[in-house]
Amino acid sequence: MTTLIINGETHAVDAPPDMPLLWVLRDIVGLTGTKFGCGIAQCGACTVHIDGEPARSCVMPVAALAGRKITTIEAVGTTPAGQKVQKAWRELDVVQCGYCQSGQVMSAAALIASNPNPSDADIDAAMAGNICRCGTYARIRAAIKQAAKEA
Amino acid sequence: MSQGLLDAQHAPNGAAHRATLAAASGQLSRRAFLKLGAAAGGGLLLGISFSAAAQDSTQGSQGPQVGQSVGGDDGNEAPQDGVFEPNAFVQIDRSGKVTLIIPKVEMGQGVYTSIPMLIAEELEVPLDSVTVDHAPPNAKLFTDPLLGGQLTGGSTSIRYAWQPMREAGAAARTMLIQAAAQQWQVDPASCHAKAGEVLHDESGRRIAYGQLVDAAAHLPVPQQVALKDPKDFTLVGKPTKRLDSPEKVDGSALFGLDVRLPGMVYAAIVNCPVFGGTLASVDDTHAKQIPGVSQVVKVDNAVAVIGAHTWAAKRGASALVIEWNEGAGANVSMQQIVADLASASQREGAVARKDGDVQQAFGAAKTRVDAVYQQPFLAHATMEPMNCTVHVRPDGCDIWVGTQVPTRAVDAAVAVTGLRPEQVTLHNHLLGGGFGRRLEVDGITQALKIAKQLDVPVKVLYTREEDIQHDMYRPFYYDRLSAGLDANGKPVAWQHRIAGSSILARFAPPAFQHGIDPDAVEVAADLPYDLPNQLIEYVRQEPHAVPTAFWRGVGPTRGTFVVESFIDELAVAAKTDPVTYRRNLLGKSPRALNVLDVATRAANWGPPMPKGQGRGVSVMHAFGSFLCMVADVTVDDGDVRVNRVVCAVDCGMAVNPETIEAQMQGGIVFGITAALYSEITIERGRVTQTNFTDYRILRIDQMPQIDVHIVKSAEAPGGIGEPGTAALAPAITNAIYAATGKRVRQLPVGRQLMNAGSAAKSA
Repeated sequence: MTTLIINGETHAVDAPPDMPLLWVLRDIVGLTGTKFGCGIAQCGACTVHIDGEPARSCVMPVAALAGRKITTIEAVGTTPAGQKVQKAWRELDVVQCGYCQSGQVMSAAALIASNPNPSDADIDAAMAGNICRCGTYARIRAAIKQAAKEA
Repeated sequence: MSQGLLDAQHAPNGAAHRATLAAASGQLSRRAFLKLGAAAGGGLLLGISFSAAAQDSTQGSQGPQVGQSVGGDDGNEAPQDGVFEPNAFVQIDRSGKVTLIIPKVEMGQGVYTSIPMLIAEELEVPLDSVTVDHAPPNAKLFTDPLLGGQLTGGSTSIRYAWQPMREAGAAARTMLIQAAAQQWQVDPASCHAKAGEVLHDESGRRIAYGQLVDAAAHLPVPQQVALKDPKDFTLVGKPTKRLDSPEKVDGSALFGLDVRLPGMVYAAIVNCPVFGGTLASVDDTHAKQIPGVSQVVKVDNAVAVIGAHTWAAKRGASALVIEWNEGAGANVSMQQIVADLASASQREGAVARKDGDVQQAFGAAKTRVDAVYQQPFLAHATMEPMNCTVHVRPDGCDIWVGTQVPTRAVDAAVAVTGLRPEQVTLHNHLLGGGFGRRLEVDGITQALKIAKQLDVPVKVLYTREEDIQHDMYRPFYYDRLSAGLDANGKPVAWQHRIAGSSILARFAPPAFQHGIDPDAVEVAADLPYDLPNQLIEYVRQEPHAVPTAFWRGVGPTRGTFVVESFIDELAVAAKTDPVTYRRNLLGKSPRALNVLDVATRAANWGPPMPKGQGRGVSVMHAFGSFLCMVADVTVDDGDVRVNRVVCAVDCGMAVNPETIEAQMQGGIVFGITAALYSEITIERGRVTQTNFTDYRILRIDQMPQIDVHIVKSAEAPGGIGEPGTAALAPAITNAIYAATGKRVRQLPVGRQLMNAGSAAKSA
């Protein structure tokens, strides 16, 4: 049993120590907002926050996470940065198919939380790990800037 | 998504066998249009047939027909010219909520916003009172007349819905007004509808739709409805926010992969690495020792490990020791595939178009230009990897998946399980990207074969590696072109032979007629340019064992790259500016000429570019829309960076400009990825690429500025999901030529400019 703190709640999960957090969230805890895209930390669809920092949950063994604060897309709206990012995402109509957007929102929220006024280069650095196959990048950039303005 | 108003009653279909592209078959019939029914839980239920309007929209550039009469004199009788067959439904319930059941799926293209806009406009209800349900699979009910099946693809959704959805809204509004007028005992003409209510200004009375629906349900369907003059539109044509944003930014949207069911197990699959190969034997000793692994299941060409969660299943899959019968597929290599195509392109093909006398024109031409173009196999790489959840029982089968072809999914279940269609329930979901991948049921079929061996629901997931290596691929195409120019550089002869796989011959056999694949020759056989003597041929050449399928932009993606590159070559041969050259050939296509002018003006076409930079153009007419792309690139040490793309699009009447802009932006990004990076290669019958590491996708730090100019138009709407991708690549490669003097005749650009440098041609 590993004890995880997910979105402020404590979960005792029966998972092998090497099981990536992604599958614990999706298959055991039942939080399916975090997505599987590549399994090798190349696409960012599985991004969550570990103690406020963005992390790719598909390569994050659950054994390393006991006692650490895990935030997923389902709860990021309760953080000030997450709320601003989600609002900007809605206002600028960022999404298309939407599959990658949980990860995009999580990466953007972490960026805004740590850097209230990101430059284009900051956005590139923070968001280049998140692939969007629908090509919503122009609106992602604009939405991050709008969210930052409200910070 | 709720499960819909209609029970999933599945008429026997066999759509897969009957499906055909209407454009190829020309067998559309004009049918009834609208009929009244009573909703199960009270309220007003209208059935809508798309046939008539869809036929109109296949005519291309006709304007919308306003005030077309509505069939069925009392709403319950079939009209004279055929049996009434509704293929979409709208219900207004007693709370005033409007529910649409449409045979179209949402995969990012925004139809779950734009189709509701059409009905809300005429029904006079706020957009947020309209919700959309997935139609259950039913080929009889939900066939798209443009596509010949219950399909979402080919940029047809708005073209299909434009007329009938507005007419349905107008008819319902007319009936609701009449119901109110009867209740008030006033003339219906003295009443009007607004924001979900009927109002009678003289008396100041008003009543909500929800209170009128039961009375309206007993009224006859109006014989005639007048549609709004477009100048009175309050919703259509206005940038409108997507209805599905909230659930997609907070993680609550449910894609196929997100299904969770009591007792569900998880399957990881290992497919035979070689196309066409089969399973010989498997040693699962180690796999079964992994905690959480419960079972190992064999199918003809794969092994699946069943686990309590995905991780157990994946680890189990890695621990399998499998022997494959690789078969003849193991001998397939790119070298052979390309050699076969090159040889096929030397053969005379089936004639897709013949104008004038090409041979005579070549004889009279002053200059001859010849070129060969090649385009690679492409994977779809949807962000949501292939997956399907299935529960097979002795008396029924449930499928949870996101699919572009619900009826084909049911057909697959019938074929695998032996159940009757009405015993199969398909729960369709949002699609985490379609791009043509989810027009195929190979993954669903495999999931069914696995589920058949279990007594619980099983979620079958492809890893990204399986998804890339066991896709069905956009075909490799080999094109041979020749043109003869007169003394002024004008193309007096144009000959184009296309060699490649026929997707339609497999996907919709009746559409493959006389050796012509209408998809493979699309655009190429219908150019907007004035070419008096042209011969367009197609040679079908299948790649051994490699499965092929549609890919975003379909035929026009492959055709536009070739013809717009070759037109550029002719401009060079004629020593004429590429835009001027095109302008001179577009005299008979004013809409194409207009987008060319709009885009090149916006892009400031003309002035020389700095060294190492270039600007290129492309023009396209496809999917009922006209596009022009102007791309600016920098070539530095063999690397290409796209700095800006200016796009002008005339897609007729713009229903939701917000979505049109988004689809152009997204289509362009999809096109840049393909032009610069994308290539699936095959050696020893196996796909070489594995994941996003070697099947690269454009990322935000490589993103160009994109400017979209939507041309105002009163023409019937054209498609927007496919064209942005289809028109893009040649603008890039033409810009590379402008920057370097190197003509890219083979995609992707990849590393082939390494030796071209950046200064081969100074500005």
